[in-house]
Amino acid sequence: MTERMTAAIDVKGLNKSFGDKRVVRDVSIRVEEGRITGFLGPNGAGKTTTLRLLCGLLTPDSGEGRVLGMDFRTRTEAIKRETGYMTQRFSLYEDMTIEENLDFIARVHELPERRERVAGALERLGLHYRRDQLAGALSGGWKQRLALAAATLHEPRLLLLDEPTAGVDPKARREFWDKIHAMADQGLTVLVSTHYMDEAERCHDIGYILDGRLIVRGTAEEIVSGSGLVTFSGEGPDIGRITRELEKQEGVLSASAFGTAVRVSGADRDALRRAIAPYERGPFAWVEVTPSLEDVFIQLTSRPPDDWLAQ
Amino acid sequence: MKRLSLARIVAVMVKEFTQLRRDRITYAMILVMPLMQLLLFGYAINTDPRHLPAAVVAHDHGRLADAVVATLERTSYIDVRYLPASEGEMDRMIRRGDILLALTIPPDFSQRVLKGDRTQILAEIDATDPIAAGAVSAAVAALPSYAVQQDLRGPAARPAGSPPFEVVVHRLYNPEGITSYNIVPGLLAIILSMTLVMMTSMAVTREVERGTMESLLATPATPFEVMIGKLLPYVAVGIIQTAVVLILARVLFSVPMAQSLAGWFALSVGIVLFIIGNLALGYLISTLVRSQLQAMQVSMFYIMPSLFLSGFMFPFRGLPLWAQAIGEVMPITHFLRIVRGSLLKGQMLGDMGPDLLALGAFLIAVAALTLARSRTTLD
Repeated sequence: MTERMTAAIDVKGLNKSFGDKRVVRDVSIRVEEGRITGFLGPNGAGKTTTLRLLCGLLTPDSGEGRVLGMDFRTRTEAIKRETGYMTQRFSLYEDMTIEENLDFIARVHELPERRERVAGALERLGLHYRRDQLAGALSGGWKQRLALAAATLHEPRLLLLDEPTAGVDPKARREFWDKIHAMADQGLTVLVSTHYMDEAERCHDIGYILDGRLIVRGTAEEIVSGSGLVTFSGEGPDIGRITRELEKQEGVLSASAFGTAVRVSGADRDALRRAIAPYERGPFAWVEVTPSLEDVFIQLTSRPPDDWLAQ
Repeated sequence: MKRLSLARIVAVMVKEFTQLRRDRITYAMILVMPLMQLLLFGYAINTDPRHLPAAVVAHDHGRLADAVVATLERTSYIDVRYLPASEGEMDRMIRRGDILLALTIPPDFSQRVLKGDRTQILAEIDATDPIAAGAVSAAVAALPSYAVQQDLRGPAARPAGSPPFEVVVHRLYNPEGITSYNIVPGLLAIILSMTLVMMTSMAVTREVERGTMESLLATPATPFEVMIGKLLPYVAVGIIQTAVVLILARVLFSVPMAQSLAGWFALSVGIVLFIIGNLALGYLISTLVRSQLQAMQVSMFYIMPSLFLSGFMFPFRGLPLWAQAIGEVMPITHFLRIVRGSLLKGQMLGDMGPDLLALGAFLIAVAALTLARSRTTLD
């Protein structure tokens, strides 16, 4: 019972198809209260659909469980009241000002002391001096701030963010994440989809979705160490050609050029060593490095999903 | 001078065709709309209305009185549908718009015609619509020279040029046959339909197209709340439009207005029902189409028959029965009767009963369909 109380999301066997396309397959998610969980995976893997299923915007074909302690299939209205959802595409009214947008959200949520709430949100997010600007005239970073303010105005217990920082500059991204962490410290549970590895590393937990399946779960360290991946980095001339050749070698799962260095990864250390040995001459030298999350995910994406089901 | 590139023109052309093919509703509109409109309006529109409904009160049941009625029907312009017992009942019929012609044959009609005395038949014509009234009065005016001639032989036969009886024509409601008295109140119906259906036909599609629907659905607002909240502002728009049109109708065209408070009340009930009905229809269209462009096209598709088959442009009673059936389904047909009935004929709530009920039924049906189509999800 106590365990149930602390899980903000506890959903099992989630399935959703559009026509004959299975977009989400048997996804089970459990997110503890106050945790930030990152959703990663290639485009079209089912991240957005999963988020929409959780906040009641889509009806699942099957699956059961609780969101914020309520049956997520039947109590969507109550869940919506305590959930904030920030869409991938800016979805506030571009022909209304910042303040008008927030005022609308406050009214539709029937918030008490509406004016104070809106003024407070404007202040907190630094939107105060721009409150009379039309939302459509804002730059990407400011739109994102506004969207976050709108999604959190009703002080939700659960925040779902769908690629919230796409197209936002690094400084604004950093500020955004600092805000997310501050809110999580207050007990807010966050589920965020992203393509950025540095953002994934800022999450408490990470889930990797591929082809509608949640294939890996855990902290960044757990995922890296659990992958069994070995990575070597080599620096020297002619990186482009070496990368292209290495990709085709036995024992190499991925090879990728990073400026003047090439990173190769594989599951078997000896096989990988054999593959890279011919290139170790002259100025070229290999060093074994800790695989990064990106190495792990690139490798996950390039392997057929059936591999993971077999494990 | 820049070189004109045929290849680039072709590139743009091919792209346009590809997009046109993708947009199924536009595609259908290009092919189906002209065909349907051609068939529908080609067969329905008739500027020489026939089979207009009439009632006769015959105080004389003699052979000659029957002959007058029979002759009237033979013209094919008039169908005698009712034989009410009293003039009072017949008055109600013409005021409600059930008939366009009310004929009263006096008690001693046959006798006086046979005796060669001058006698008169009273023909009251609903002149609200000058076109229909023209057809009716032409048919009625010809009556004395054709009717009963063959029934009169021997001493009762008249010399040529001296008809056996006279028809006294009373043009009711619009005695001078002023076209604007009929058209201007009709324009109120058209203006309300066009603007309100078009404006709300984009209400939902606009949110979907701009992506704001996703945020709206993530809030606790229910589809019913969203629908009501979206439509209410347009009720105000409709009421303002109505006020402007009525004021101009009075000031510029001297159109008669309702004469009593009860008359205004009856008209107001009709106006509000009509406005909400149109808004609901627009909202329904909005839930059926995928883009604002499609919403415009479907609205246009509705506007055409509402001009031609409602009685706005052509007398409703002169349309073929199947076209009248289509007209009866459209709220504008009923509203036209209400607004003309109120302003020109002084109709009260009781006279408008069937049309008000029809508007109410339309509203409930469309609202129910719309709610069934609206969803709380993006599925």
